[in-house]
Amino acid sequence: MEGVTLSEAEQRYYCDLFSYCDTESTKKVASNGRVLELFRAAQLPNDVVMQIMELCGATRLGYFGRSQFYIALKLVAVAQSGLPLRVESLNTVKDLPLPRFVVSKNEQESRHTALYSSDAENPASYSGVIPPPPPGRIQGKKGSVSHDAVQQRTSTDQQESTSPIVSPQQSPPTSPHTWRKHNRHPSGGNNERPLAGPGPFWAPFSEVQPGSSTSSDPIWSGHSPPPHQENWVSFADTPPTSALLAMHPASVQDQTTVRTVASATTANEIRRQSSSYDDPWKITDEQRQYYVNQFKTIQPDLNGFIPGSAAKEFFTKSKLPILELSHIWELSDFDKDGALTLDEFCAAFHLVVARKNGYDLPEKLPESLMPKLIDLEDSTVGEQTGEVGYSGSPAEAPPSKSPSMPSLNQTWPELNQSSEDTAIVHPVPIRMTPSKIHMQEMELKRTGSDHANPTSPLLVKPSDLPEENKMGSSVKFTSGNTVTDGYSSSDSYTSDPEQIGNAVTRQRSHSGTSPDNTAPPPPPPRPHASHSRSSSLDMNRSFSVTPGQQQAGVVAYPPAVPPRPQPSQGAGPHVHRSVDADGLIAHTSTSPQQIPEQPNFADFSQFEAFAVSGVNKEEEDEIETHPEVLQVEKPSDSASSLRVAKADGRVEDKAPANVPSSAGKGTTPLAPPPKPIRRRLKSEDELRPEAEEHTQKTGVIAAVLASQPSIPRSVGKDKKAIQASIRRNKETNTVLARLNSELQQQLKDVLEERISLEVQLEQLRPFSHL
Amino acid sequence: PSQCDLLCSQNYPLYIRSVPTENELKFHYTVHTSLDVVDEKISAMGKALVDQRELYLGLLYPTEDYKVYGYVTNSKVKFVMVVDSSNTALRDNEIRSMFRKLHNSYTDIMCNPFYNPGDRIHSRAFDTMVNSMMMQVC
Repeated sequence: MEGVTLSEAEQRYYCDLFSYCDTESTKKVASNGRVLELFRAAQLPNDVVMQIMELCGATRLGYFGRSQFYIALKLVAVAQSGLPLRVESLNTVKDLPLPRFVVSKNEQESRHTALYSSDAENPASYSGVIPPPPPGRIQGKKGSVSHDAVQQRTSTDQQESTSPIVSPQQSPPTSPHTWRKHNRHPSGGNNERPLAGPGPFWAPFSEVQPGSSTSSDPIWSGHSPPPHQENWVSFADTPPTSALLAMHPASVQDQTTVRTVASATTANEIRRQSSSYDDPWKITDEQRQYYVNQFKTIQPDLNGFIPGSAAKEFFTKSKLPILELSHIWELSDFDKDGALTLDEFCAAFHLVVARKNGYDLPEKLPESLMPKLIDLEDSTVGEQTGEVGYSGSPAEAPPSKSPSMPSLNQTWPELNQSSEDTAIVHPVPIRMTPSKIHMQEMELKRTGSDHANPTSPLLVKPSDLPEENKMGSSVKFTSGNTVTDGYSSSDSYTSDPEQIGNAVTRQRSHSGTSPDNTAPPPPPPRPHASHSRSSSLDMNRSFSVTPGQQQAGVVAYPPAVPPRPQPSQGAGPHVHRSVDADGLIAHTSTSPQQIPEQPNFADFSQFEAFAVSGVNKEEEDEIETHPEVLQVEKPSDSASSLRVAKADGRVEDKAPANVPSSAGKGTTPLAPPPKPIRRRLKSEDELRPEAEEHTQKTGVIAAVLASQPSIPRSVGKDKKAIQASIRRNKETNTVLARLNSELQQQLKDVLEERISLEVQLEQLRPFSHL
Repeated sequence: PSQCDLLCSQNYPLYIRSVPTENELKFHYTVHTSLDVVDEKISAMGKALVDQRELYLGLLYPTEDYKVYGYVTNSKVKFVMVVDSSNTALRDNEIRSMFRKLHNSYTDIMCNPFYNPGDRIHSRAFDTMVNSMMMQVC
């Protein structure tokens, strides 16, 4: 790229223009659409623009880098000054005025002029120069641009005959060069058509003239973009061009002959002069009525669609080239469904008429032609914004396909973006609530299930809950006869069934799973927490079922029924009792424990068994307490005995220390509010496997327990039976002790994880509301 | 430097876009040779199931200068993208999204009743989308 020396004003000006053109904020490339707009506004002959583009190297590169852009701007200034375009002219020409660009007069002008007005070097150059307004604006504001032009050009009316020829030439660059060129010629020819008074349809176009030509340009088809020359072609220098531009639309208007309608030429002219600053693409009432009538001929129902084939036939009659019709269809089929609604049809028809009258087709659907969707008009902030949206959107490649015609609708890009955003935000783990559902389900299940399958609801739950749940659920399942089920379910979820298998006879290795599968009402994602929650529910239920004997600890549960097994935390230990292995999952486990325990309530024997097997430290305590609570008579005794036995064989002090009353303490380390843990667990998949393992273990234990002869539930059991069960439990205890040690190990690991997760949670907490 | 090609089922091109415009011949040649790989992958798929993942063929083959990515639609329309090997920042996900955009735009074109399948693609919207996409790549 040739070196370009820029004066300070030039530098500033070009930089501004570059950022203006840098619609995608790449800081490196000027959007071709914008650049095209800019060059359009420079009002240079098309071939000059092409030459400029080649000179600056954009043709070679295919895009406008900053240096290309600056060079192009300079060349624009050179050309506007009437100097020959040469590479050397970039640096040799001194005191070049800043390139002038016809700008739509609105605020842009005022803004920009204010910006540059301070530049003493080229005060004059700024007066009429305004960085090209957003492409969208140009499209929408064709009228506005034309206004200025019109005002300036009133005197150049006589140039109409010539202007039409010029203006189309200028506009071509904007459209894809491939077929644009074809259009160029026809449009030129059209322009020369006698002003036959096209009819009302074209009235609006008169105003738009400069805009219309520019509007068709926006999109850069990859062809060498008009070099963004720094030629400060002063507007005054090229009044004819501008006049031409201004006149062009007018002439086009006059020349356009409505394809099917005999025009009221007088009406046209009147309109032309009267319409001021209207969107050139606006459909007048007459036009609209005509379109609607045409629509009816094809599709009587105004709310219906015109299929693509019918539309194709209809528009083919206009004898426009297929390529143009294809483009018109692209513009007007807003929702890309292959059919035209009334609005789309009117837009298409309008474009066809415009095209036939010599107007170049816009790159993006003009705002006024957009289908009147519900909030479209409200959302579009004036034509400018709409246009801006349009211009910006084509480059955006909207994420979603369907309403993703960025150019057509300002809102669409927003929608797309929003969809993107939502997509981005989407992945937030959702597990928070399930516990409640889980628990409710558990309750339902429990109520529905008999003792034999107190865990069935639990089983079901696991199905709902993903791995995490499995832990808890499996734990829950362990309660009661269905311990094995629990194991099995846990097995299904967890990965170390061996332990379970070793410890427990899997009577129903997969029975547990089946219930889960059969009754998975809740959605799969069940976090661990759900365990805890569900357990709390269970607890509540179970507590309610059992005579309130030592429900001291349990009492805490009933309040915990609501989704969060918060109370379960306190009562967690109780709950855990049945869950056992949930030590780590502690909080989550609390709930699962609670849940399982509820079923356990019904089955005292199970409680005992669980109590014995209490894997979790807390659980032990809780379980022990539970058994106590739940079991009125011997269960309590056995439970306590079991508990003791367990404590001995078990891990540690937790058991003794964590006697029900101190439910919370054992779980203290794990007891951090179940919620956070739950959340953590939910979000942390790692925990799940751990939890699963734990559940497995607990399940194993439960299974072990379950394998033992079920402790008679009835209160007044025979002592012998109790003792026998005690013996069995002791045997089980040894096994469980082994398991316990293993679980303890896991517990430690999980605790560590938990700590790290909590840290993460704390870090993420500020963003939790995103 | 990169190129984006769209070929129909009979393997003749429906759309070719290169950035920059020099060395196009080399790109054409590359795309043509990569068609063999595409066909091979298509036939390897065999079964009738066609899901999104299978549409994306991934890196067809890398050379020292460039990488070629492929994508095939259900109607055996192939998208081939040649990108410079020096562009290491391009990840697979980005390529996938680019192909998805291409596919979406292609579907839009197909919805146009004035477009006959098998025609060269002249859609402006398509051009715009491809241009913007290739700008990101280069």
